[in-house]
Amino acid sequence: MSNVIEVHNLQKSYGQEVAVGGVSFSVQKGEIFSVVGPNGAGKSTIIETIIGLRKADGGQISVLGLDPQQDARELGNRIGTQLQQAALPDRMKVWEALDLYASFYERTIPWEPLLEQWGLGDKRNAQFGNLSGGQKQRLFICLALLNDPEIVFLDELTTGLDPQSRRATWELVTAIRDQGKTVVVISHYMDEVEALADRVAIIDHGQLIALDTPANLINELHGETKVHFTSSNGFELNLLSAVDGVTSVSQDNNHITVSGHGSLLARVAAVLAQQNVAPADLRVEHPSLEDVFLKLTGKTIVN
Amino acid sequence: MKGFTKLTYTELKLQIREPIAVFFTLAFPVMLLVLFGAIFGNEADETLSGYGRIDLSVPGYIGMIIGTIGMLGIPVTLANYRDLGILRRLRATPVQSGTVLWSHVVTQVVIAFVGIVLLFVVGSAFYDLRAPDGNAMVIPAIVIGAFSFFAIGFVLAGVMPTARTAQVVGMAIFYPMLFLSGAAMPRFIMPEIVQNISQLLPLTHVVILIEDLWLHGTWNLTSLAVVVTMFVVGLIVSRYTFRWE
Repeated sequence: MSNVIEVHNLQKSYGQEVAVGGVSFSVQKGEIFSVVGPNGAGKSTIIETIIGLRKADGGQISVLGLDPQQDARELGNRIGTQLQQAALPDRMKVWEALDLYASFYERTIPWEPLLEQWGLGDKRNAQFGNLSGGQKQRLFICLALLNDPEIVFLDELTTGLDPQSRRATWELVTAIRDQGKTVVVISHYMDEVEALADRVAIIDHGQLIALDTPANLINELHGETKVHFTSSNGFELNLLSAVDGVTSVSQDNNHITVSGHGSLLARVAAVLAQQNVAPADLRVEHPSLEDVFLKLTGKTIVN
Repeated sequence: MKGFTKLTYTELKLQIREPIAVFFTLAFPVMLLVLFGAIFGNEADETLSGYGRIDLSVPGYIGMIIGTIGMLGIPVTLANYRDLGILRRLRATPVQSGTVLWSHVVTQVVIAFVGIVLLFVVGSAFYDLRAPDGNAMVIPAIVIGAFSFFAIGFVLAGVMPTARTAQVVGMAIFYPMLFLSGAAMPRFIMPEIVQNISQLLPLTHVVILIEDLWLHGTWNLTSLAVVVTMFVVGLIVSRYTFRWE
């Protein structure tokens, strides 16, 4: 697969403060590539340098074979961006925004179907200031797709959305990739990245600390699966400790947690059934990207 | 200049949807004209070299429109666009910075001209306003005056940290200047020392330039030089002070 973005030893400081300290990675054509990290880790700086909004202090960047600074206009015509802290004038109508932004590009696709697809069909005459947070966000995604871009950059695209809209947005983003476009998603939500991304770059303090598929990152963690349930008719915990793959069993009042590897849930359930214990809340918890981040940095991502 | 026409047209529509801005640039000067017209009328007055009060006021009101847009309209709009991230979003498209800036200039020039035509129409219809003696030459004078003030407006927009400061500083500069420059009231009623101070204000020279052409059909070369210098300096400085975010 060919690389559409190549970043080599990217460096950027604001005064004394180092925002990005020598980051290298490449993004392959047709993947959803995610840059993830806590707020202030340098994610937005990396992306803004790649799309040419900021000038790097050092290192090389190539996007679609172009230099973001020198070939800014050609690049602008071939990529789409949804930025954090961006806005439209409050009194600008949805259709006016699309009509106006379409006039900036060499080539555009019709915007009416885009509006329908992103659920804004009935909002075309609404003013920007009267849209909800989610509607504004979706309008910005429509603007990012207007020029039929080869790469789409989405910065914190589900911030401020309710859980249902977030899932709907993930599906639409996956659909963008399935059209053959490359999607770069910046996020500080690990669940979002886990659900969406083909590959993940984890950034912390301006450094790249891991880069792989979500599944590989989680596997490399060798994290434990946990099975939780509650039971009031206290039975021998030792029976569970003896189960194949179990490493520890702990009890907190009626809440029992079994940790271990392999097909833990099935084995634990079998023992419980033998003992005629049938907890209604038996559930399994797998290691997640959140745990990967915790392991790599020693802290949780939301702070 | 791809996108220029649409950007300018959209910006005009947005300005018209902003009632407060429309009031101060378009309605306020006409209101003053009607108010003072009702009080003093526009009879030819020998003590005013044969002019009526309204004849003498209109060139100043034109200066008022230009000053309002340059000192308040442009800096507040642009600083607000910057604060909110509207300029940031524009910058992430292939549109060129010059296209964005010139669309604002043209939008404001159009609004200024609507305001001026409104003044002229109301003045002529109700108070038999004298047509400008310099005839068409008054138009380039207005354009030069507008461009010089708009260039200063762009400098202010770049220098002011936020839209709120732009508003406060703009008002602090503009309102004293409005009354001292002859835009709101004629300079000849002022004491000599105030008239001397008035000569130091940029708006005074815009008013003199328009006034002399309107009333006598002559170019005041000193004022022309001041206004042109303001334009050139403003244009150069604004290139360095302008910020997208």
